[in-house]
Amino acid sequence: MGMTFHLDIVSAEDSIYSGAVEFLVAPAQMGEIGIYPRHTPLLTRIKSGMVKIKAQLSEEEFIYVSGGMLEVQPDTVTILADTAIRSHDLDEAKALESKRAAEDAIKNRESELDYVKAQAELIEAMAQLAAIDKLRKRGH
Amino acid sequence: MAGSREIRNKIKSVKNTQKITRAMEMVAASKMRKAQDRMKKARPYGEKIRKVAAHMSQANTEYRHPFLIARDTVKRIGIIVVTSDKGLCGGLNTNILRKAVNQMKQWQSEGEQIEVCCIGNKGLGFMSRINANVVSQVIALGDAPDIAKLIGAVKVVLDGYIEDRFDRVYIFYNRFVNTMKQEPLMEQLLPLTDERIQKNSGSDSKSRMTWDYIYEPEAKPVIDDIMTRYVEAIVYQAVAENMASEQSARMVAMKAASDNAGNVIDELTLIYNKSRQAAITKELSEIVGGAAAV
Repeated sequence: MGMTFHLDIVSAEDSIYSGAVEFLVAPAQMGEIGIYPRHTPLLTRIKSGMVKIKAQLSEEEFIYVSGGMLEVQPDTVTILADTAIRSHDLDEAKALESKRAAEDAIKNRESELDYVKAQAELIEAMAQLAAIDKLRKRGH
Repeated sequence: MAGSREIRNKIKSVKNTQKITRAMEMVAASKMRKAQDRMKKARPYGEKIRKVAAHMSQANTEYRHPFLIARDTVKRIGIIVVTSDKGLCGGLNTNILRKAVNQMKQWQSEGEQIEVCCIGNKGLGFMSRINANVVSQVIALGDAPDIAKLIGAVKVVLDGYIEDRFDRVYIFYNRFVNTMKQEPLMEQLLPLTDERIQKNSGSDSKSRMTWDYIYEPEAKPVIDDIMTRYVEAIVYQAVAENMASEQSARMVAMKAASDNAGNVIDELTLIYNKSRQAAITKELSEIVGGAAAV
C-alpha cells in the first residue's frame, strides 16, 4: 500500500470529493502541478480545468473545477472550488452595480437617521404580533 | 333572518383565506427542506476555508492581510443585514431588524458612523425608510443563495474596510436552530483576529510557527483571494441559514394562520346556526301565537 494524503474538494454549494488519494494533478495558475504525499505547504490559485485524482486501488479520476484556490499541507490537500466565474474586473463591476442600486434606492430621502420612527414602526409590528399571539391563546 | 347572509359571506371569505395560507404552508414546508439541505451543503466549504485561514494565521507569512489587523480606534462601522425578500414569515425580519436598530442606536450614541449593506428586500425597505446610510444592496435572491449575486455587495463592504472607511464590520442574520426556533444574531465579520479564526476552525491555537507557504504566483494576491473568499463564505452561510429560517418561520406562521382560520370558521358557523335556529323559533312562536289568537 502506497502513501496517501487526504483530499477535499469543496465548493460553496456542495462537497465534491473527499477521500484518500495517492497523487493529484491540478491546473495551478502558473501551470499544472502534481502533488504527492508530504508535499511542502503551498497556496495557489487554480484555473478552470480538470483535476486528475489517483485514489488508492482505483483508476484515475477526473473532476472539473471552474477555478478556485488550492492549499497543500503535508498530509491534506484542500481545493476550494469557485461556483461563480471570478475575475478582478468582474467583481469590481458587481460591486459598482450593487452600490448604484443602493444609491438609487435611497435617492428620495432626508439625511438624518430616524430611529424614533423606526422604533415606532417596530413597536407597532411587535404589538401586532403580541396581539396575534394573545388571540391564538384565547383560541380564536 | 337578519345578518345570516353576512355571516355566510364572512365564512366564505375566511375559507378562501385558509386555502391560501394552507397552500403557502405546504410550499414553505417543501422549500424548507431544500433550504436546509443547501445550508448543510454549504458547511464543508466554510469548515475547509476556516481551516486554511487557521493554517495561514499559524504560518509565518511574509504578508499580513488587512482583515487580520485589528484597529485601535473604532469610528465607523459597516453592517451587513440579512433579511428575507418576502414577508409573511412571522416575526423573523422584525426580530433581526429590531436587534440591528437597537445596536445602531447604541453605536450612534457613542458617536460612531454606520453604513449598511442590505441583503434582502425587507431589510432594504426598512433601512431606507429609517434613512440609514445604505451603501450596497442585493435583493431578489430567489430560493437559492447565489454566491455570484452576493459578491458585489460584500465587496463594497470589504473594500470599505481596506480603504479605511470602516474600522469594523458586523453581520446580522437569523441563525437556524430548528424548525420552531430561529435566533437573531450579530457577529463580528472584520477584523478577523487569529483567536477567532482558530476558535472557528476548531484547532488549538499554537504559537506561530516558523514555516511558510510557497505561494504561486505571489503571497499578496493569493492571500487576498483566500481572505475575500473566507468572508464571502461566512456571508454565504449566513444567507443560507437565513433562508432556511425564513422558510421554516413561514411554515409555522402559515400553519398558525390556517389553524386560526379554522377556529374562526367554527365560531362563525356556530353563530350562523344559532341565528338560524333563533329565526325558526321566532317564526314558530309567531304561528302558534297567531293560531291561539284565532
